[in-house]
Amino acid sequence: MKRFKATKYAVFLTFAVCAILIILAAVFAPVLCAGKSPVDAELADALLPPDSHHWFGTDQLGRDVFARVIYGARITLSAALAVVAIIFVLGTLLGILAGYFGGIMDAVIMRFSDMMVSFPGMVLAIAVAGISGASIKNAVIAVSFVSWTKYARLARSLVAKIRHSDYVQAAVVAGSRQWYILTRYMLPAVLPTLVVTAATDIGSMILELAGLSFLGFGAQPPAPEWGLMLNEGRPHMQTASWLMVFPGLAIFLVVLVFNFLGDSLRDVLDVRKE
Amino acid sequence: MLVVLLGMSFLTFILTNLAPGDPVRTMYASAGVMPDEEMIQKTREEMGLNRPIPVQYLDWLTDCLKGDFGTSYSFGKPVGELLLSRLLPTVKLTLLSLVFMLAFSVPLGMAAAVYQNKWPDVLVRIVTFFGVSMPNFWVGLLLLLVFAVKLAWFPVLSSGGDLKSMVLPAATLAFAMTAKYTRQVRTAVLEELNQDYVTGARALGMKESRILWKNVFPNALLPLITMLGLSLGSLLGGTAVVEVIFSCPGLGNLAVSAIMKYDYPLIQGYVLWVSLMYMLINWLVDIFCSLLDPRTRESASVERCVHGKGGMHEKV
Repeated sequence: MKRFKATKYAVFLTFAVCAILIILAAVFAPVLCAGKSPVDAELADALLPPDSHHWFGTDQLGRDVFARVIYGARITLSAALAVVAIIFVLGTLLGILAGYFGGIMDAVIMRFSDMMVSFPGMVLAIAVAGISGASIKNAVIAVSFVSWTKYARLARSLVAKIRHSDYVQAAVVAGSRQWYILTRYMLPAVLPTLVVTAATDIGSMILELAGLSFLGFGAQPPAPEWGLMLNEGRPHMQTASWLMVFPGLAIFLVVLVFNFLGDSLRDVLDVRKE
Repeated sequence: MLVVLLGMSFLTFILTNLAPGDPVRTMYASAGVMPDEEMIQKTREEMGLNRPIPVQYLDWLTDCLKGDFGTSYSFGKPVGELLLSRLLPTVKLTLLSLVFMLAFSVPLGMAAAVYQNKWPDVLVRIVTFFGVSMPNFWVGLLLLLVFAVKLAWFPVLSSGGDLKSMVLPAATLAFAMTAKYTRQVRTAVLEELNQDYVTGARALGMKESRILWKNVFPNALLPLITMLGLSLGSLLGGTAVVEVIFSCPGLGNLAVSAIMKYDYPLIQGYVLWVSLMYMLINWLVDIFCSLLDPRTRESASVERCVHGKGGMHEKV
């Protein structure tokens, strides 16, 4: 049993290190790319296959694909982490309030989230992102808009479970302030599950944001965003297959690492799957 | 249900009113005309865009109930007609990918559950984990690159609508869903395998294969059908990406071009239709489940709203 626990931590640490390495790569992109620009076009070098100078080849405008992939991590990570932070804070807050106070607040929040659930998420995200004008900021807003309800539902059901338990009632009877009960009793009860949910969501948020960018409703040229790069490389598929391979591989690997991270965090925190 | 429907339609309607661009200007711009202020005002008046939003909404809603979804700016045709003409390719695509998905995920998921923690299970778990981490548009591009461009086994464009041209897009769409669903099949079957009645049946000396197909599988079917209904939501969203990659003339492709052209009536119509389809499917799933299992007849819809749908995006 003890050994199993030790392995769990080891697995978690391994993926945590991988995730930190990805983040460091994004932060130190200029160093890694040795000064190569991700956006400066060099038409004479267009569509060069990978070699020792351009590790991942060059794209249709002669930009270094390796530099674009590395710099792309900045956009992808910051956007995905922003989405997860927004939906985590908003969903948890509204869910706790709905679960704790009940009544009208609960009814309004939950009816709204019922409504959101009856939309297929990606369809609504495409519509919101496209209509509000294509930009990475609007893509973040669109994905957050359709995703926060999951957190609200989870937080609400967890709060409802302990709302009428003896120790909470005792705190109420003892005259604790509502703020105190909310932050000291309710929040700790919901946090482990929601943190795990947030960690496992990073991967899927990266996928959704990249999907929006691929359709043209996210990052705009000349930004080095992975989904957008795949879209821009599409017409050159026959002659320059490296344009299809590397940005996709980058998304895949980063999502894989964050998915593993979320899963191993679940094992470490020992949260029951809901 | 009715409240949700009303709210859904209002959200769809208000969506296009939040847009930064002026629809009249964009409409003229897409027609290549530079209108003056007077022309814009006149058109606004004609299209009823100067009235208060609640009035516009009620008008729009009554029209929709009568089956009139407005006229598309960019195509100059009724939205209902346009959507209907694009419905078939999307439905075909979705159904074919559903067939692919079930053909792979049910046997794989069952095998993983039966051989829990042995090599088939470990293999299935690793492969599905990789599967859910791959962006579907990348899978589509790679399939296109390998099977259509390099090997030329399948056509690059799937505008024909015949079975052969649907294979690659359907496979793309099925890919991520299969990974997700295989895990759900595994979990559902495992849950049943741990029940007392299985131990009982084994103690009676029944054949393992008989227990599996006669007892375990029918019981595991119920949660699986519910999840199938929910996963249709991701399928419907995924069709947009896949249809764009393979130039399939379906609803998703139409919606993407409508958004590009700020064709508001068409976008509204698309979102409304797809969410209605999604609601209808899940409603049918509810009914089907209650027919299969009398226990769920009483509180099925309530329970499902709380548990089933809340877990929609969750990994199982």
